[in-house]
Amino acid sequence: MDIKTYIIVAVIKIVLVVFILLTGVAYTTLLERKLVARIQNRWGPTRVGPFGLLQPLADGIKFILKEDMVPDSVHKVLYIMAPMLALAMSLISIAVIPFGPSITVNGTTTALQITGVAHSGGGLSDINIGLLIILGATSIGVYGVALAGWSSNSKYSLLGSLRASAQMISYELALGLSLVGVLLLSGSLSLREIVNAQGQAPWWGWLPHWYIFPQFFAFFIYLMAAYAETNRIPFDLPEAETELVAGYHTEYSAMKFAMFFMAEYMNMITVACVATLLFFGGWHGPVPQSAPAIVQSLMPVFWFAVKVFFFMFLYIWIRGTLPRFRYDQLMAFGWKFLLPLAIANIIVTSFIVAWRA
Amino acid sequence: MVPLSWYLILSAILFCLGVFGFLLKRNIITIFMSIELMLNAVNLTFVAFANYWNERGLKLALSGQVFVFFVMVVAAAEAAVGLAIIIAVFRTRETLNVDRVNLLKL
Amino acid sequence: MFHQVLFIIFGLICVTGAVNLLMQRHPINSALSLVVVMASLALIYLLLGAEFVAAIQVIVYAGAIMVLFVFVIMLLNAGAEEHSPGSKIAFLVGVPGVIALGCLVGWIMISNSKQLGGVSISPTDFGGPHNIARLLFRDFLLPFEVTSVLILIAIMGAVVLGRRSN
Repeated sequence: MDIKTYIIVAVIKIVLVVFILLTGVAYTTLLERKLVARIQNRWGPTRVGPFGLLQPLADGIKFILKEDMVPDSVHKVLYIMAPMLALAMSLISIAVIPFGPSITVNGTTTALQITGVAHSGGGLSDINIGLLIILGATSIGVYGVALAGWSSNSKYSLLGSLRASAQMISYELALGLSLVGVLLLSGSLSLREIVNAQGQAPWWGWLPHWYIFPQFFAFFIYLMAAYAETNRIPFDLPEAETELVAGYHTEYSAMKFAMFFMAEYMNMITVACVATLLFFGGWHGPVPQSAPAIVQSLMPVFWFAVKVFFFMFLYIWIRGTLPRFRYDQLMAFGWKFLLPLAIANIIVTSFIVAWRA
Repeated sequence: MVPLSWYLILSAILFCLGVFGFLLKRNIITIFMSIELMLNAVNLTFVAFANYWNERGLKLALSGQVFVFFVMVVAAAEAAVGLAIIIAVFRTRETLNVDRVNLLKL
Repeated sequence: MFHQVLFIIFGLICVTGAVNLLMQRHPINSALSLVVVMASLALIYLLLGAEFVAAIQVIVYAGAIMVLFVFVIMLLNAGAEEHSPGSKIAFLVGVPGVIALGCLVGWIMISNSKQLGGVSISPTDFGGPHNIARLLFRDFLLPFEVTSVLILIAIMGAVVLGRRSN
C-alpha cells in the first residue's frame, strides 16, 4: 500500500471512529437517563422525538447556546486547557483499540483499528505496546482533573479535584496490576494479539477460550478499579451533587462542562472496550459463512458492539442500584483490599503458567 | 539517518539548562524540577547509545534502556522523599524560598 | 530525511519547554513545561526504537512523578517566586563554567560527527517488552531487586517525613 492510499485510509478511519464514538457518547447519556429512570420506576425523557431519541440532540444544542462564562479570578490558560486535555486523552485511547480483524474495500485491505496495518501477505499487525498506551493516556488524564480544580481558584473545586485525582492515581495501580494476569496468559502487550490468543480452541470443546474464565478475580478487580478511575458510582464522591457542590467542575459552564462530561463518558466506553478485548474475547462470535463478504467483515464489529453495550448496561445498572462510598472507605478499599488481591492474583497466575510450561 | 552527535548535543543542552535552573532559581520546587531535567537529559544519552551500539552489533547493547529504567526508579524515590522534606520545611518556615531557609548559617 | 525533520521538531519542543521552565515565575507553569519536555522526550525515544522506555516515561515520569510535583505545588499554594539576591558565587562562577562546559561538549560532538555516524529507526523489535524483560530479569536481576528495596525505603521515608509531629 503506497503512502497516499495509507493516509487516505487512515483519515477515513479516524473520521468514522470519532463520529461513531461521539454519537455513542451522546446516546449513552440517553441510555443512562432512561435506564436509571426505569430502575426508579419512572419513564425518563420521552417528549423529544419518539421514545425520547432526539434528547441528546436537544442537550447538545442547549450546551452550545449556553453563555460561556469565564470567572474573573481563574488562571485563564489552565482553565481553558484542562477540559481539552481530559477530552484529548480519552480520544487517544480509542486509537489503539481494534474493533475487528480486517475489511477489504475496493481491493484495499485495512485493519479495523486506527493504528493497525494490513500487510500484503495477509497478516495484520499493530502497536506492540497498545495496552501501555491506554494506561499512559489514563495517567495523563489525571492532569485534566487536577488542573481544572486548581485553576478555578475556589475552595470547593480545589478540594474536589484533589480528592478525585488522589482517587484516580490510587486505583490506577490496581487497574494495571489486574491486567498483568491476562498478559501472562497471552504473552503480549499488543491488543490484537491478546484477542487472537482468545480465539484458540475452546476448552473441553464448548467453553470459549476467553480470559474471564481463568482470570475471574482479575476481572472483578479490573471492573472495580475501572469504576473508580472513571469516577462512577459507587466511587463518585468527588463529583456527586450533594457533596462539595459539584467538585472540580463547579466553575465550568456550557461547552467546557460539556467537554468534561464527554470525556467521562468516553473513558467509560474505553474501559468497556478494554474489558471486552481482554476478558471477553473481543470480536469473537459466530459468523455465518454463507453471508456476503462485507457482512462477514462487519459481523465481528457487531459482536464487539454487543459486548461493549453489555458493559455500559452494567455500568448504568450499578449506578442506579448502589449507594456511594465515603472517601476514606474508598481509599482504604483501593489500597488495602484491591492492591493485595491483584498482587496475589499475579503470583498465583505466574506459578500456574510456569508449572504448565 | 540522524547523526548521533545531534542527540548528544540535545542532551547536553538540556543538561546545561538544568544546571542553570539549579543555580539561578530561588524556589525550592523549581530547583528540584531542574534536577529532574538533568536526569532526563542523561536518560536521552543512554537511549541514544543503546540504539547506536545495537546497530554496530554489540551484545547487551540494550543495557542502555535498562539503565534508563533504573534511573527512573531512583528519580521516583528521590522525588518522593525530597517532596516530603520540602513539605516539612514549608510547615516550619512558611516559605519556599531557599534564601530564607538559612538558620544553620554562620 | 523524514527522520531528521521529526527529530528537529521534537528537539525544538524539548528545548522550548526547558527554557520555559527557567523563565516562568510561578512553579505550576514550570511543572507543566517539564511535563511537555518529558512528553517530547518520550517521542524522541520512539524515534530511537525504545518503545517500552517511551511508554514507561509517559506512565511513570510524566504521569506519576510530575503529578506528585503538581499536587505538592497545589497543596502548598505558595504563590509566584519572589526575587531575592542569590548566591554570588553561583552566578559568577557557575554560569560561565556551565556555558564553557556545554560549548566544549558541543564542539567535540560537532567536530567528530563524521566519525561517530548515525542512528536510525530500527525495523526489528529492538526495544520491545520481550527483549527488555530478558535483560532485566536475567542479567540485571540483582539491581532490579535492590531497586525494589530502595522504593520500599523511600515509601517509609516519605510517610515518616510527611507526618505532622504532635
